[in-house]
Amino acid sequence: MSETYIARSSAIAARMLAGEMMVMNSADSTFFTLNEVATAIWQAADGHTPLREIVRERICGEFEIDPEQARTDAEQFVAELSSHGILLVSDHPLPPEVPR
Amino acid sequence: MSMPPKIACVEIGGIPVSLSTNHQRFFDLLLGRYEGFLSASRPEFALEFEIIDEGTASDEDVRVRREGPHWLLERGDFSARWDPRTGTGSVRQNANPYSLDSVLRILHSLILAERGGFLLHAASAICDGRAYLFSGVSGAGKTTMTRLAPADVTLLTDEISYVRPNNVYPDDVRPNHVYPEVGIDAYRAFGTPFAGELAKAGENCSAAIASLFFLEQGPENRADELSTAEAVRRLMRNILFFAEDPGLIEKLLATACDFVARVPVRRLTFYPDARVWDEVRHFDGVKEGMPAHV
Repeated sequence: MSETYIARSSAIAARMLAGEMMVMNSADSTFFTLNEVATAIWQAADGHTPLREIVRERICGEFEIDPEQARTDAEQFVAELSSHGILLVSDHPLPPEVPR
Repeated sequence: MSMPPKIACVEIGGIPVSLSTNHQRFFDLLLGRYEGFLSASRPEFALEFEIIDEGTASDEDVRVRREGPHWLLERGDFSARWDPRTGTGSVRQNANPYSLDSVLRILHSLILAERGGFLLHAASAICDGRAYLFSGVSGAGKTTMTRLAPADVTLLTDEISYVRPNNVYPDDVRPNHVYPEVGIDAYRAFGTPFAGELAKAGENCSAAIASLFFLEQGPENRADELSTAEAVRRLMRNILFFAEDPGLIEKLLATACDFVARVPVRRLTFYPDARVWDEVRHFDGVKEGMPAHV
């Protein structure tokens, strides 16, 4: 089974405020607010840790979430942010922050 | 022998900018348009205008991008080059006031982003010595709020509000995160000459901001709390910003988060009659951890 790697785009601005991560894309001004679980994935998106490992270590290990549900939710989250160019997705390791 | 350029200093938001041109009609136009904002201050920044005869104001999207150390500002009716290192720039445009307004708004948005302030799609006014901002999409009621204002309210703008950190001039951005206490007049709103439907420039004065309201018209007058995230989301959506530059967007988001943490931000549902100003007047400014405004 191939791995999925995720990295944050360098074209975004992010800020934690009142326990919520706010992410803004400088290219099209789209704005996202991430919940706790999404924030954990976002912060772990270093380009070289497989998504499967992020879900296991950072989500299932920290939150009381069914592993299968966690994997499905993580994939949806990654797909949504990658569709806006905010997360970069690859089947091989990426630099930590990828210029677009 | 060419004539020396004519120069006027226009000071908006406490930031004096010299505007120079050889074009007499354009010079007369800018003197009239910014009459209440002409200043004898020493300019911090300078723009030279070359006026071309063809073209009119444009509905095209403006494009603001970096080229080396410069900013390039481009739209169908103007092109400009701005050097933030020297604080100088040149503009080529036709002699219409809307192009001039656009160039100045973009310039101030770039300057403010570096200084911890912003321009906001919002009407603003001073009531009982404090500034209130009313933001929202077109049609939300910005101009209506200014039309409904009682006689003792001073209009700052019905369209574009000018926001700077309070009492930290001249560099504005607060170093080392040394901020005033929460609720202690962290930001200030200034009048602008940028008019909307009211077609009337704001007064050239300023006051500490008591509250920012996001407007929605409804059957009654009421103010509701917004979550922090929703307040930041709405604020970012209404800040005027043109440059697709990650560094400046980062600064702007940091400023928006700071503003929301320090200034009460609420949703104001209002029925469009004069009683809405009673709601504003009696707004107590109390936000969790914040003292009431006096």
